[in-house]
Amino acid sequence: MSGDMNGIWVFAEQRGGELHEVSLELLGKARELADEAGKKVTAILLGHDIRSLSQLLLNHGADSVLVGDDPRLKTYRLIPYARVMASLVHTYDPEILLMGATYMGVELAPRVAAKVRTGLSAHCIDLRLGEKGQLLQVVPGWGGGVIATIACPDHRPQMATVMPGIMKALSAIEREDTVKEIEIDLPEKGLGPEVLEVKREKPDQLPLEKAEVVVAGGWGIGSQEDWKMIESLAELFGGSVGATRPPVDEGWAEEGQMIGQSGKTVRPKLYIGIGISGVMHHVVGMDQSEHIITINSDPDAEIFDTSDVIVVEDFRKVVPKLIDEIRARLKK
Amino acid sequence: MERIIVCLKPVPDPKQWDEVSMDPETQTLIREGIASVINPLDKHAIEAALSIQGVLGGEVVLLSMAPPSAASTLREGLAMGADRAVLLSDRMFAGSDTLATAHVLAAGCRWLGDNDLIICGNMSIDGSTAQVGSQLAELLDLPNIMHVIDLDLGEDGSMVVTRKIEHGFARLRGALPLVISVRKELNKPRYTSFTGILAAESKEIKVLSNEDLKISPEVIGIDGSPTKMAGIELRRFERAREKLDGSVDEIVESLAGRIYQYGII
Ligand SMILES: Cc1cc2nc3c(=O)[nH]c(=O)nc-3n(C[C@H](O)[C@H](O)[C@H](O)COP(=O)(O)OP(=O)(O)OC[C@H]3O[C@@H](n4cnc5c(N)ncnc54)[C@H](O)[C@@H]3O)c2cc1C
Ligand SMILES: Nc1ncnc2c1ncn2[C@@H]1O[C@H](COP(=O)(O)O)[C@@H](O)[C@H]1O
Repeated sequence: MSGDMNGIWVFAEQRGGELHEVSLELLGKARELADEAGKKVTAILLGHDIRSLSQLLLNHGADSVLVGDDPRLKTYRLIPYARVMASLVHTYDPEILLMGATYMGVELAPRVAAKVRTGLSAHCIDLRLGEKGQLLQVVPGWGGGVIATIACPDHRPQMATVMPGIMKALSAIEREDTVKEIEIDLPEKGLGPEVLEVKREKPDQLPLEKAEVVVAGGWGIGSQEDWKMIESLAELFGGSVGATRPPVDEGWAEEGQMIGQSGKTVRPKLYIGIGISGVMHHVVGMDQSEHIITINSDPDAEIFDTSDVIVVEDFRKVVPKLIDEIRARLKK
Repeated sequence: MERIIVCLKPVPDPKQWDEVSMDPETQTLIREGIASVINPLDKHAIEAALSIQGVLGGEVVLLSMAPPSAASTLREGLAMGADRAVLLSDRMFAGSDTLATAHVLAAGCRWLGDNDLIICGNMSIDGSTAQVGSQLAELLDLPNIMHVIDLDLGEDGSMVVTRKIEHGFARLRGALPLVISVRKELNKPRYTSFTGILAAESKEIKVLSNEDLKISPEVIGIDGSPTKMAGIELRRFERAREKLDGSVDEIVESLAGRIYQYGII
């Protein structure tokens, strides 16, 4: 049995019984790598009363699911999760272990890597296979100005975290059930901080990473008043509003709307960037978008190098008319 | 409270990042002439340590793994009010990845003795891995909490911490000793006063090499790092940059046309 489970692993992250989107995205990538290498994909699912999520994982590319269902794993706690992950790694000896670069993954992955004394690369934007089944992990460095490829030749598993929104989930196919329950063996004491309270609010806009259209504004928008134009345009498409750093600093936009190195990575079908200069810190978060339209009054704006269609104009002249035009077309 | 350690990473000044170039032959970055500063989040770590010290006493020690030249950056941290600094510096440490760095920092912590609290920045701006805090904690066999945005210390040695999670937060209670990694929402780092700068001149910066720490060469430096650099390149962006011309009305017309073509409307 373990022969089938020493290939590519994906940590299936759930909170409150809800699977994080990034887990399905990672399964999509894992499936692709596994098919190329002739290996199997295993999803690791930890929690309590979460067995029903296994089918979702199978349908999205996992060949099998290892489920650790235990009341002590119900709410995420670092020490028990890290212990269980490390003991699974010791038992099954996987080649590759992928995790989301989420709040949970960013904390858990390094702890697991240190426990099993292997390498880990952070915030990968691409994963490829190299010689002898090596996982080549592509990471941005220096604010995104350079791209480094990292390998972990002599230690296993080869571990990587990937930002949400970068890999593509596969569409679901009904697949056969290979779910294996694992024994959870945890001590009574020494499990680290206890969780007193978990509070989550429903985000009021579609998460940036999931939006089909992202309309992003920069410092060039100039005021809270004009920022509303960005929001109206996004709303017309049922899309989300993104921002560069300055609008967040000014308070026109929320921290969670920032796109770029220190913010989100988006790859929508359409990205419209308005009043954005195109500094690398921002561009690395949007350059994988399918179509990119930008509006900037400066003919030499750097953002144009990353654009399919460019408009050199004051956005105040263009955007209100564009909103009217789109509205008119939608009514038809 | 006996001792709080702040892990401080000297990083190249982000204001000068566009001056970084690459040596095409050696595939390494040329960062000559770029000044070092305290990793921005580590200033929040220092601030947290100093404000806890203000209530519960104890000493605040800065700990850094860096080349000897980093002493001047540590001096800036001392000027903020930390009591002393320990600089872990040895050729053998060069090229360490996050796990190897954590091994060195862990040895530094052990050298210092019993520590109640170890505070890291959540992430460094040059490496940006956000891995060192968790790995250091694991190697010291201490619990840790990342993404910290608020904290409260009780007299009984327990700590209540608020950490960020997706669309919300979680509150946790842990017992010291503990490793925490902090975000910028936690506090506002104090400004350095002139007297602080003067006082820092006479504070100790202890430099330790691997002769003092005696870490196995197998877990440090380039050779001891499980991850290896397999290539590096400057990022290039190339798209069609097709310019829409004409009057504003014409531009708007073609823009809407494109958006229609893309299947959005
Ligand atoms: C370590 C670090 C991490 C960072 N991380 C991020 C990150 O993740 N995301 C991020 O966005 N930034 C980040 N930044 C900040 C980044 O370096 C830039 O400062 C920022 O992206 C610039 O935003 P901007 O393009 O909106 O502003 P600016 O560079 O000021 O550009 C404004 C643009 O608006 C145009 N404009 C002005 N008026 C008009 C008008 N009426 N009509 C049309 N165009 C107009 C101007 O021509 C100009 O090109 C980071 C910085 C550092 C140091
Ligand atoms: N060389 C180092 N010396 C001291 N502290 C470090 C070093 N590298 C990382 N850290 C600490 O670990 C945090 C996270 O760094 P990183 O994992 O590089 O993103 C930093 O904010 C520092 O507190």
